[in-house]
Amino acid sequence: MFVKLTARSLTRSTAHWLLALTVALGAALTTAITTLVAGSAEQVSQQLKVYGSNITIRPQQAAALDELYGTTGSATLSLAALPQIKTIFWAYNILDFSPFLETTAQVDGQEVRVVGVWFDETLTTPAGEELTTGVHPLRQWWEVDGEWASGSAAMLGQNLAATLGLPVGANLRMAGMPEIPISGVFDSGGEFDDAVLLPISLAGQLAGDADAANWVEVMALTTPDNELARRAAADPQALSAKDWETWYCTAYVSSIAYQIEEVWDGVVARPVRQVAQAEGEVISRITQLLLGVAGLTLLATAIAIANLVTKSVLERSAELGLLKALGASNLAVLALVEVETLLVAVVGVGAGMVAGVGLAQWVGWQAFGSAVAAPAAVLALLVALLLLAVLLGTWPAGRLLWRLKPQEVLHGA
Amino acid sequence: MSLIELNGVAKAYGDLLALDDVSLSVAAGEWLSIMGPSGSGKTTLMNLIGALDTPTAGTVVLDGHDLSRASARELTQIRRQTIGLIFQKFHLIPQLTAIENVMVAQYYHSLTDRAEAFAALERVGLAERADHLPRQLSGGEQQRVCVARALINCPKLVLADEPTGNLDEENEAQVLRLFAELHQGGTTLIVVTHDPAVAALGGRTVKLSHGRIK
Repeated sequence: MFVKLTARSLTRSTAHWLLALTVALGAALTTAITTLVAGSAEQVSQQLKVYGSNITIRPQQAAALDELYGTTGSATLSLAALPQIKTIFWAYNILDFSPFLETTAQVDGQEVRVVGVWFDETLTTPAGEELTTGVHPLRQWWEVDGEWASGSAAMLGQNLAATLGLPVGANLRMAGMPEIPISGVFDSGGEFDDAVLLPISLAGQLAGDADAANWVEVMALTTPDNELARRAAADPQALSAKDWETWYCTAYVSSIAYQIEEVWDGVVARPVRQVAQAEGEVISRITQLLLGVAGLTLLATAIAIANLVTKSVLERSAELGLLKALGASNLAVLALVEVETLLVAVVGVGAGMVAGVGLAQWVGWQAFGSAVAAPAAVLALLVALLLLAVLLGTWPAGRLLWRLKPQEVLHGA
Repeated sequence: MSLIELNGVAKAYGDLLALDDVSLSVAAGEWLSIMGPSGSGKTTLMNLIGALDTPTAGTVVLDGHDLSRASARELTQIRRQTIGLIFQKFHLIPQLTAIENVMVAQYYHSLTDRAEAFAALERVGLAERADHLPRQLSGGEQQRVCVARALINCPKLVLADEPTGNLDEENEAQVLRLFAELHQGGTTLIVVTHDPAVAALGGRTVKLSHGRIK
């Protein structure tokens, strides 16, 4: 009879559809927002990579001198060892990297600053993976007149180009070197505006060491820093074994830097703090904002459910009072209403979550050009939270029902 | 032997005294009519006897149970086991058929038995309307379903509040005939009515005025 009472009430009442729609709307919005928060941190992080590298690798000696005296000295890294960084646990999170070699050259009797880099270097990692990497992704914000260099072309900083009077397409004549075509003139915002950028092999010839680099910049896809990452960055050895394992197996910029040091002897890998922190803060604030909106949506859903269920109980007070008069306990009548509401809510939550995941995918494609992962654990937590919101929403109606006196709703003409 | 004993019963709603020092004894198997003008306390008296409410003062004893000291749970249990209720507005559950409305009373009493519920509907002349929804039944038919629901658990006491108030003459006669059959079968009947003709069918009539028995 309980099943019959519930089923008949559900199939012959249109009020439940309104409740299902309300729950579905709340579930859709909450799911979409939460899925975006949980699944798009990686995409947001990827978008933020436009702001450049987030790890710098230097020779140990140069790093120590830099810390002590503010100068890097003449220590260099071996280019041959560079592909090793693609053997760490987070190899696939290393998106791009390039060596930098500073030297000088004579051009028309002037000494000019020369920086050797990889423009589009194709190399094979120790794991056998072939990849093309270079400086372009690390300096995406540069304004380039002409084109990014490739092969054995050069690029000139805008100040140097003005000083030398060399436009795009002209040839650069450096003492002791063949003529090199200038593919582009760039505005780097000051960093290299007075320099010529050459393929590092040519810069190595000028420096007299074809295998040398002063530093390497790495762009890695990282997890935003949290309290654990900050503690680890200060001193990884101070972490407990469990925390250390968690930190090591999470793509924090500090753990990636640590792992680079593990595979490459004699180097110091340091996170570029401004980039890592800005990235972490941006993602953290977006996450907080979106989770706040999701929480408010849940609250609004619970309030809407409270209104609808209370209205329904008031409309059905004679029917529910009759059940009490016939001998139904408060608990039995409450169970009837709760089960009805929960069944409707389950349909609403199911439909809403499917729509919410779909909405998140649409937003993902619009904003990031890719799908957004919907982690099962997050969805399971959402189901629990939504059903809890439904139960909380039925609380006022439950109190009303508990206090409902049959004699007050059954008598009279 | 008394099925119901009221002693010095009073019921107040704030400052309003709905019943004042009412004492009444109803024997098992008796048909008692309660009359009185609107606001005289008829419904309040019904609620107290029907274990739907408790008095402010005095005692109400039904079938050996002191209702004035019973908890809400005990009152529910007494309603379930001892009382059949009939209302002026029928109060059938709109989404259930006639037979399902009768079975609801079985469900909260003990176990549902469709054959028994059908027999109750047969007894009130509604066997052919068993699978109709309340909205498909006339007022008289709905009241007869209400009667079938009240008697399905063989209660010791049937309480009817203005049972013929919304019925035409023919349906009123049918319902009253059913009451007479119940009475002959030994069921105690308490009928609240405005109609002297209906009240006259009872063995005794109690008249209320301003919360007191006249």
